[in-house]
Amino acid sequence: MAAPPISPRRLTSRSGSLPDRLFRSVSGLAAVGITFLIIAIGLMLALNSTQAFGRFGLGFITSTTWDPVAEVFGALPYVVGTLLSSAIALVIAAPIGILTAIFLAELAPRRLSIPLTFLIELLAAIPSVVFGLWGVFVLSPFLGSTVEPFLIRTLGWIPIFAGPSYGIGLFSAGIILAIMVLPTIVAISREVISSVPDSQREAMAALGATRWEIVRRAVLPFARSGIIGAIILGLGRALGETMAVTMVIGNAQDLPTSIFDQSQTIASKIATTFNEASIGLQTSSLIALGFILLVITIGLNVIARLLVRRVTSGERRT
Amino acid sequence: MSTPVTKRLLALGLLVALGAGACSSGATPSPSAAASVSAPSQAASQPASGSPAASTMTAPAPATASLTLQGAGATFPAPLYQTWFEAFNAKYSNIQIDYQSNGSGAGIKAITEGTVDFGASDAAMKDDEIAKLPAGSKIVHIPTALGAVVVIYNLPGVAELNLDAANVAGIYLGTIKKWNDPAVAANNSSATLPDKDILVVHRSDGSGTTNAFTTYLDTVSPDWHSKVGKGKEVNWPAGVGAQGNDGVAGGVKQTEGAVGYVELNYATTASLTSAKLKNADGQFVAGSTDGVTAAAETAASSFPADFRQAPIINGAGATTYPIASYTYLLAYLDQKDADKGKTFVSFAYWALTDGQATETSLGYAPLPAAIQQKSIDELHTFTGGGSPIWP
Repeated sequence: MAAPPISPRRLTSRSGSLPDRLFRSVSGLAAVGITFLIIAIGLMLALNSTQAFGRFGLGFITSTTWDPVAEVFGALPYVVGTLLSSAIALVIAAPIGILTAIFLAELAPRRLSIPLTFLIELLAAIPSVVFGLWGVFVLSPFLGSTVEPFLIRTLGWIPIFAGPSYGIGLFSAGIILAIMVLPTIVAISREVISSVPDSQREAMAALGATRWEIVRRAVLPFARSGIIGAIILGLGRALGETMAVTMVIGNAQDLPTSIFDQSQTIASKIATTFNEASIGLQTSSLIALGFILLVITIGLNVIARLLVRRVTSGERRT
Repeated sequence: MSTPVTKRLLALGLLVALGAGACSSGATPSPSAAASVSAPSQAASQPASGSPAASTMTAPAPATASLTLQGAGATFPAPLYQTWFEAFNAKYSNIQIDYQSNGSGAGIKAITEGTVDFGASDAAMKDDEIAKLPAGSKIVHIPTALGAVVVIYNLPGVAELNLDAANVAGIYLGTIKKWNDPAVAANNSSATLPDKDILVVHRSDGSGTTNAFTTYLDTVSPDWHSKVGKGKEVNWPAGVGAQGNDGVAGGVKQTEGAVGYVELNYATTASLTSAKLKNADGQFVAGSTDGVTAAAETAASSFPADFRQAPIINGAGATTYPIASYTYLLAYLDQKDADKGKTFVSFAYWALTDGQATETSLGYAPLPAAIQQKSIDELHTFTGGGSPIWP
């Protein structure tokens, strides 16, 4: 007579033993607690920004005036500054990060890839204030005296590359953000690329593919969703980065017309002016800025997840 | 069952308890120290009228128990206050005063909400801020020091720069764009000003320094008054923003042709080149603590009764510096905790008398004699739980 199949015991509500029930409650509590915390933060931001949205309506998001004396506030320059600086950071960091990850995972000998990986991940450990100081004293003067004038000379006929450059500005902030975001993209992409099964690579090699073709046709498509996830994580860090950006972005109030202009990000605006903000409309407007940043971050994450799902479902179909 | 881990935890707990006990016992004052602290108040002679010298007045003593006062507020006087707290602690070892310099606005918020024992602000509380105080309570402003705002610049080869009010307003409005503009050159006949763009640097964060500087611009320039106004944070028509005095100083130092504004004490300690501003008498004066005290003296007769003095702009006098502002300690008139109130009054008295001597060396201007006396008189009005603290 065959023995009944032994099914693995799941932690259902019928689990009798006390340690199991305790473990379930504690882990459940942690999960619920974190969710509750996120919702509470969102609610707090929304409730405290009602004064600002009530006074200005949705025009708050499109207005470009920020005048504490006349008590007129608008978010557009900061939203644009946040999105532009993060976009510049990703445009620079994503290709470099992915290529670095491919090099570390596929091409470098193990003796080289391990210390290199360690050094790149060390970049993530550097505090952002240190990046800011380095940016103000080393990077921005260098950019202002050599790189930016060169770019203006060669590409200045394109409007977004025009204009006087002072070193500090969107471009400088974008580069620093790129450096800060790079370790995240490299680390995750490298993991994802390494986890592509060797059978894929061997199959391509058996068909006579070159190294580059293996990477391009077997490895990258397999790792696509993970790499997109890495880029989105990097974007999340870039959107919220405060200290380093504050020191090099120039803190100007107008909409930037070129990448060498000075600008301001939401995080930077809140960090620098919240302490001295007058209680009432100004504080509410700053909290409304924070709420907008939260919405942008959540929105981009949702878009990213949809993108990843579309990409992976596409893979499954082929 | 007592496992090895449990035993280790017990031993650790015992050690922590012993250590905590040792630490706390070190802070209680010995009876002899307490006695010597209260002795001066009995040995002092009758309070004199008019002259506020410390030796002729009955100095209020702080509480005798071990106490910590919490303060928060302006960053401008923070270095001065830290020196004072240490000196006060050296005098009364049982009194510890902690101070968070997170900004005047944060200080006002903190004292309004009652999360600190005293606040500090570079700008006196505005009417709408006073309206937010708990009903029936009153805040006392105690001026402690004066500061000035100086205009710093980066022009190699130009050792001295004279600017009048219209120049400064024009530069910050963006109407004067080059250093060799005729309006600026007219004040600087002995210097050759270069044909360079002026890069304007202002503060990106809210600050009392900005409040004083924009009050100056608001007073001297009708254009500025209509377009921008004054406040801790304004909608700057031109220039780039930097965070804090150090941000502005760094921004100016790094770019030739840049101009910015910082607190006098910061400019002195960081050795920055600053311009001479034209005062109401027509003299070009450099920023100095003497010039600031002179400005405060000219405004002493019109000092408001509630001590909320706006920045002193264009005070009369040949040596007066045109931008001077007070910085205040803020405390509730009726102190809930009588011991803390007693300690605060004692510290405030010390700050207004002995503390004034240390100000100049740190770059702050001491109070003029009339205001010093007024402030000491104000200390008598504090009450602790209904009864006067220092009758």
